[in-house]
Amino acid sequence: MYKAFATLHTLIRGAVLAFVTAPCALLQAAPPAVDQSKNEIAIVMSQEPQWLNTVKATDQVSFIVLDHISEGLMTYDINNELVGGVAVRWELTDDKATFWLRKDARWSDGKPVTAQDFVFAWQQVANPANAAEYAFLMRSFTNGEAIISGDMPPESLGVEALDEHTLVAHLTSPIAYFLELVTFISFRPVREDFFRAQGQRYAADADKMLSNGPFILTVWVHGASLRMEKNPHYWNSSAIRLDAINVPYITEDPNARFNLFMDNKIVMATGLDKSATSMAMQKRQKLKSFRDGSTFFIEFNHRPGRATGNLNLRRAMQSVFDADALTYKVIGLPGNIPAVSLFPEWLEGNSQRLVEDFPPPAVVLDPAQGRRYLELAKQELGVEEIPPLSLLLSDTPSSVKQAEYFQDVMMRTLGLEIRLDRQIFKQRLAKMSAGEFDLVAAGWAPDYIDTMTFADLFTSWNLNNRGRYKSKSYDQLVRQAQSTTDKYLRNQAFGKLQSLIFEDVVILPQYERGYIYVQNKQIEGVRRTRVGGDPNYNYAWIEGN
Amino acid sequence: MLAYIGRRLLSGAITIWFIATATFAGMHMVPGDPLLNDKAVTPEIRANLEKVYGLDKPVLQQYVIYLGNMARGDFGISFTQQNRSVNDIIAEHFPVSATLGLLALLFAALGGITWGAITALYRDQMPDFVIMFFVIVFVSVPSFVFAAIGQLAILQVNDWLGFSLLPVAGWGTLAHMLVPAMVLGLGTMAYLTRLMRSSMLEVADADYIRTARAKGLTPGRIFFRHQLRNAILPVVTVLGPSIASITTGGFVVELVFAIPGLGRYFIQAVQQLDYTVIMGTTVFYGAFLVLMVIAVDILYGFIDPRIQVSRAVS
Repeated sequence: MYKAFATLHTLIRGAVLAFVTAPCALLQAAPPAVDQSKNEIAIVMSQEPQWLNTVKATDQVSFIVLDHISEGLMTYDINNELVGGVAVRWELTDDKATFWLRKDARWSDGKPVTAQDFVFAWQQVANPANAAEYAFLMRSFTNGEAIISGDMPPESLGVEALDEHTLVAHLTSPIAYFLELVTFISFRPVREDFFRAQGQRYAADADKMLSNGPFILTVWVHGASLRMEKNPHYWNSSAIRLDAINVPYITEDPNARFNLFMDNKIVMATGLDKSATSMAMQKRQKLKSFRDGSTFFIEFNHRPGRATGNLNLRRAMQSVFDADALTYKVIGLPGNIPAVSLFPEWLEGNSQRLVEDFPPPAVVLDPAQGRRYLELAKQELGVEEIPPLSLLLSDTPSSVKQAEYFQDVMMRTLGLEIRLDRQIFKQRLAKMSAGEFDLVAAGWAPDYIDTMTFADLFTSWNLNNRGRYKSKSYDQLVRQAQSTTDKYLRNQAFGKLQSLIFEDVVILPQYERGYIYVQNKQIEGVRRTRVGGDPNYNYAWIEGN
Repeated sequence: MLAYIGRRLLSGAITIWFIATATFAGMHMVPGDPLLNDKAVTPEIRANLEKVYGLDKPVLQQYVIYLGNMARGDFGISFTQQNRSVNDIIAEHFPVSATLGLLALLFAALGGITWGAITALYRDQMPDFVIMFFVIVFVSVPSFVFAAIGQLAILQVNDWLGFSLLPVAGWGTLAHMLVPAMVLGLGTMAYLTRLMRSSMLEVADADYIRTARAKGLTPGRIFFRHQLRNAILPVVTVLGPSIASITTGGFVVELVFAIPGLGRYFIQAVQQLDYTVIMGTTVFYGAFLVLMVIAVDILYGFIDPRIQVSRAVS
């Protein structure tokens, strides 16, 4: 009898509890974008990070997470200035780079970060067994090339740990931007014992990775949420002001991200379209803009047998293509600026910006001149009419709009027929690599902060030179810039390259990409960056905390 | 009965094998290259990548290896997330899609039956016209429109109230599920409404309703005891296949509401040509659908005594 009563009691209690807690759970508010008392913020990510393994990471979202939880020899401070990370001192010569590591750099389990951790990591990147996409970066070191092609063991890579805190890298050629280069994800340290202990599962979950950066990844619910907490073992933890960064949302939909921002659930929403921009203005949000450092252009196919291999045909198109109209009227979103060169405006020159030291030749819009070039091209190609040219592009609405504008301009001014070849991501890449296009809408984002990340794009040996542009003088100028660390000599070569790209019409520059974004007014110190993971909250803080 | 189930399971297995083969063939015929990325890689690295994924072997051998692994329940490792197995992806994300789908179905069934009954009751009167208008809207407007509108509506309500009544996006509590489930269930609800309406009208002319009326029963009693209960049968029978389609069709809703369901992985895998994830999710969904159909066929026998499964096939 008593037992039955107890069961009944439990049942009723359970029912009442459920009745009371269910509406509570229903109304439970998600944490706000900024939690002042806990000193935490919430952000959104566009995708699940694909690889949180620094050896193999290639995607932007992984870079964002990794830039919070790991640190290389060099890093950027809150003002985007290059400063020592794990390295406290360094010495760079033409064939050697030496780094002295700080003694207080630690992994999140308290063990010291040593020179050996860098040696191991870089060997792993070069190791063909890992098939790392960024393995080519290790060609900078002696034997790197041979290791990548499997001719030498990874242990023979020209990087050595003189002692626990001294790292020496043997370079195959002088690299003026080597200090910038080692900020890149592939150059982060990896601790061998931990790496081996995880086997295949290394960096697959939050507890299967180590951090040596300002934050530790403590929660990773795949596809759903992440949480990064302040790393108490980080050597510079006194400079880190946030206690945690939450990622409660992962969605590719920019409108959903903007709605989350307007509901005060995340601190930043980026990539606002026209309707979001006007709604933000209505709600008196301050609009900010950021250019991510990339350049977009129309690339010609220079392979033999293609009409676009003809210089006068390319010149004809150059004389009528108006990057200003494309940027301001067709794309029409604030933030973008017209591109005048392969080199974006932010690259540094001798004393000022590169484009100020070496102003790029200006395009003079002249349809009559364009038609004269076209006539020459027809004669040289021995044709009555230029056959329709195919323009390869991705299937996003904005790129289609841009391509349709291009198509219209070429037809109106030159009577040239352009056929649009819309392809999904992987198929567009496949056609680009195979050279199945006359023109392709392409772009380039910097890997490191130096003009060379753009300049070597059209060398005959660069695999990303999809149009197979080939020029002895181009190659020579790049080699010149690669053979010295002298700023003036290098910039001079870059200046000449810029003119050559214009004269030879290697590409038609379109625009430098920018974004409109909104940011929570309570948060300060967010670092926007053109390389690595953007945005970066390492040094961010909540106003009043 | 057991023999019948056995036969159905065997034919189900053959169907799944067919799905796997067709997907494998289709996937390899789709233009594009799964190993290509924004930045070009050297031929050496490319060769290493092919070795890692087994793409260096002839396609027929890949197919045999694949079928062997699949028979053991191993779908391999994702191409885009190389340290996650496809089995893990399905195990972690299908329950999310399933939860959302079941809630959507509950919503669709309750809504469909209620609205269907009301439209039949008020045939050719104002309530009928209004509801049928919305039914046509819900059937013809794609779910991404309702997803966007739904999210914007939550935002406006929260803004107006000054606090978060419902979350704009995300996953975790019942509050997160309400609006996405409604959006996801709208199409099915509209379909069920139409089905319920016609079924109700059919029953309305049946002899036993006339008899009930002749006996002098109250209209309410006739409606609930006789008309509704008899008309609901066809609706129950279509619910089975709906479970499969609704739990697998939430890609857009999952995207807009930032829900970590399997639908997103399925679509992204196709966009990224992530071979193993495409195969794994397609075969899994296929198997799920086949099992649901078999389950419903078997259940028919219990629900409606007029259907005799074992005799029907022999």
